Amino acid sequence: MCDHVSTTTPSTRKQTSVDANNSRVYKLGAVGGDWLDKRVAGGGLIKFMARKIFPDHWSFMFGEVALYSFVILLISGTFLTMFFDPSMSEVVYNGPYEALQGATMSRAYESTLEISFEVTGGLLFRQMHHWSALVFMVAIFVHMFRVFFTGAFRKPRELNWLVGFTLMVLGMVAGFSGYSLPDDVLSGNGLRVVEGLMKSMPVVGTYLVMLMFGGEFPGTDIIPRLFTVHILLVPAMILGLIAIHLVLLVLHKHTQYPGPGRTERNVVGFPVFPVYAAKAGGFFFLVFGIITMISATTSINGVWNYGPYDPSPVSAGSQPDWYMLWTDGGLRLIPGWESTIFGYVLSWNMLIPMGIYGLLLAALALYPFLEAWVTGDDREHHLNDLPYNTPVRTGLGVAWIMTYLILALAATNDLIAIALDLSINDLTWALRIGFFVVPVLSFYITKRLCLSIQRQKRDLALHGEETSRIVRTDTGNMIEIHAPLSEYDRWVLVQHDDYRPLKAGKGVSALRAKATSFFFKDRIDPVTPAELREALEHHGHEKHVIDELTGGDYRTPSEKSSH
Amino acid sequence: MSAISSKEGGGFPNPGLPPHVHRQADISKAAEKRAELIVASMFLLSVVGTVLFIAAYFLVTPTGINLFAEEKSPSALWWSNLTIGLGLAIAVFFIGAAAVHWAKTLMPDEEMVEERHDIRSSDETREAAVGIINDGLEESGIARRPVIVTAMVAALAALPIAVLAPLSTLGPLPGNKLHHTFWGHNPGQRLARDHDGTPIKLSDVAMNSIFHIMPEGLTSETEHHIEERAKAAAVIVRFDPKLAKNEDSMAMGVEGVLAFSKICTHVGCPVALYEQQTHHMLCPCHQSTFDVTDGAKVIFGPAHRPLPQLPIQVDDEGYLVAPGDFIEPIGPSFWNIHKNKDV
Repeated sequence: MCDHVSTTTPSTRKQTSVDANNSRVYKLGAVGGDWLDKRVAGGGLIKFMARKIFPDHWSFMFGEVALYSFVILLISGTFLTMFFDPSMSEVVYNGPYEALQGATMSRAYESTLEISFEVTGGLLFRQMHHWSALVFMVAIFVHMFRVFFTGAFRKPRELNWLVGFTLMVLGMVAGFSGYSLPDDVLSGNGLRVVEGLMKSMPVVGTYLVMLMFGGEFPGTDIIPRLFTVHILLVPAMILGLIAIHLVLLVLHKHTQYPGPGRTERNVVGFPVFPVYAAKAGGFFFLVFGIITMISATTSINGVWNYGPYDPSPVSAGSQPDWYMLWTDGGLRLIPGWESTIFGYVLSWNMLIPMGIYGLLLAALALYPFLEAWVTGDDREHHLNDLPYNTPVRTGLGVAWIMTYLILALAATNDLIAIALDLSINDLTWALRIGFFVVPVLSFYITKRLCLSIQRQKRDLALHGEETSRIVRTDTGNMIEIHAPLSEYDRWVLVQHDDYRPLKAGKGVSALRAKATSFFFKDRIDPVTPAELREALEHHGHEKHVIDELTGGDYRTPSEKSSH
Repeated sequence: MSAISSKEGGGFPNPGLPPHVHRQADISKAAEKRAELIVASMFLLSVVGTVLFIAAYFLVTPTGINLFAEEKSPSALWWSNLTIGLGLAIAVFFIGAAAVHWAKTLMPDEEMVEERHDIRSSDETREAAVGIINDGLEESGIARRPVIVTAMVAALAALPIAVLAPLSTLGPLPGNKLHHTFWGHNPGQRLARDHDGTPIKLSDVAMNSIFHIMPEGLTSETEHHIEERAKAAAVIVRFDPKLAKNEDSMAMGVEGVLAFSKICTHVGCPVALYEQQTHHMLCPCHQSTFDVTDGAKVIFGPAHRPLPQLPIQVDDEGYLVAPGDFIEPIGPSFWNIHKNKDV
């Protein structure tokens, strides 16, 4: 077992020499440390934190990317607030951008033009702000699905999953409110869509839009109000939730992938100080550098091309930022349904899409609790699942992503129709059908793929790797030579848990029995120690036969001749 | 009861950490020196980036001094953005690259193991916690003083209602504002071209053409002109009356010239695209398609109601005028759109 594994001292670690202990820097550090410790008990914090172990895996970096792009958002956003004027008072432009000289526009739009054209570094910081917002949302989604597919949301991390989920929703609010601030044609039409959606709510809709816009759309209040939401309320909430997210991360200790020496009771990796201080700290600068590089070379959201907001024009090919696409897609796919009851209107063409968005988000938020109810698994989990070992969960996750993607694709149906020379009506119909068919299909395909990967891994664990070398016996039988796995390689393939459907009765409700059947009816038996013993024994016999035939030399005739 | 199945014989034993494989820099002095040199060089490269960033900030500006382009030209902005950005990118990226390379090549890479502990508190701690809560509740006397508790619940329940008061002052009541537009408030107005504001004669409207229009009296001097524009925006189209499919709709126009609201009845985008061949209007936001030969009925997409028509006439001088408002409220449907119509 692994019980003998304990904290090791790396043999390569350099011994601190006596000279270094007496150096000036060391003394200075001691004095400073003493001063701080007496005031903030820094010693305890360092003892608690600095040697905490974090496991290493590339898929653990997505959350870091999200965190770092948020920091970049704060830095670039602070720069922008120094020059942006969130005012809807009307001005006539006479700045350096010739195409708009003489145009009437809001002060918000004018100051956006000033930031872009006149403030040194302004365009760069605007583009960094926008690019890091896009990266922030990508990173959040990818991080979320890493957590989902590896089951890292299981006990004890369900609440942290909800914190992360809320951060994702707040990210969208932050993105949308910021996107609206420049008061250009595209963002103004985005706001008008929000106004239309809000207005459609039964009974309260018209009151809500009057309160939100301070009168009729667009009014002169919405941009100052969104500014406060964008630079104060939402970032403060995000910061607070990030703090909770990270405190819980430290409390729970990070999950790790299964591997030799890794158990539910330990965490194997590298210490915060110095390894992660350098790796994670360095990674922040890498993300910062890459986003800056993109912003220096690739322009984004050129609001000067769209023109100032005016309620009359809109251009074809108007899409929101990628993370809001899915909320637009449903509006494009829904048929024109509306009913009138006692003279009052229910706009299903807006209420149904909004209901679907709510259901999709709720499904994501509540999944950990659903799965815990199905499995009845009350243990703590710190070892991640490999996605193919949980076919139904993985299938459901892929189905969710496909639903999301169909909606996002639907929001670009005009661009796709033009690019592929299709009829927009046919394409919309295809996506309407796809919305129902694709998630179901992708669930089954994913589930079957996972099961067949499990089958292959099972064979691999039992029989080892195929070497593509075949020996013919005297009787004409063909035997392929298999190279057995090392104990360490095999462990990853045989360590996972196995679940079975439950029968109704004995405290198991009929519904839950059905649910366990849905989840675990199709399963691949994991390798048992007895099976492995048998397989190895069989291997021994086979090896004996092969060795007799080959004399223990597995090289092919051509390899032999080349030596 | 859980769905986990027990493992035969407790499953396989964990083989423990595999033997460590040393890196080049751990076993070769030369490799270690090389790694050290690379890390240091990358840190120094970052300094170069910082210098470049600061220099570019003052020497490659969009509106002032610019080493690479004419002052205030578009390419001055392009150069400024590029050089400042590259300077900053180099400055930050290479700090990161250096730190990560340092960690990966020179810091210990033998995995260390930390034990986990149950998240749940020990039984003693739990007992102590329950004791503290009980003692506190006892000391507060909450169970013995129902009057205070009732009053407190009343206070805490009432206070949130107070929030409604400031919230209600965020905007006016809708009244019937959403039911009427500038056309209705000022009947008999000429139809004017959007943006240049010139009125349109019947004879100006060529067959199969489209005009984006506003009421002539709605100018940038008008109070709340943007809000009014958001509701009054309309189009006029002209097609061969032989194509007409809707007599009521034709009766509200003049010689095949019809005026419709430009605001989509789905979620309110301007329906800005017109197909001359088919006489369809298409909303670029969500592709609702309206047939103007049939009273702007919806023929595809998510909208439900036709684009509201604006009845028009011709005045003595031959100009198109609107005697009143659209025949029903414009834009997205709402709860009481069919109620409460009086001005």
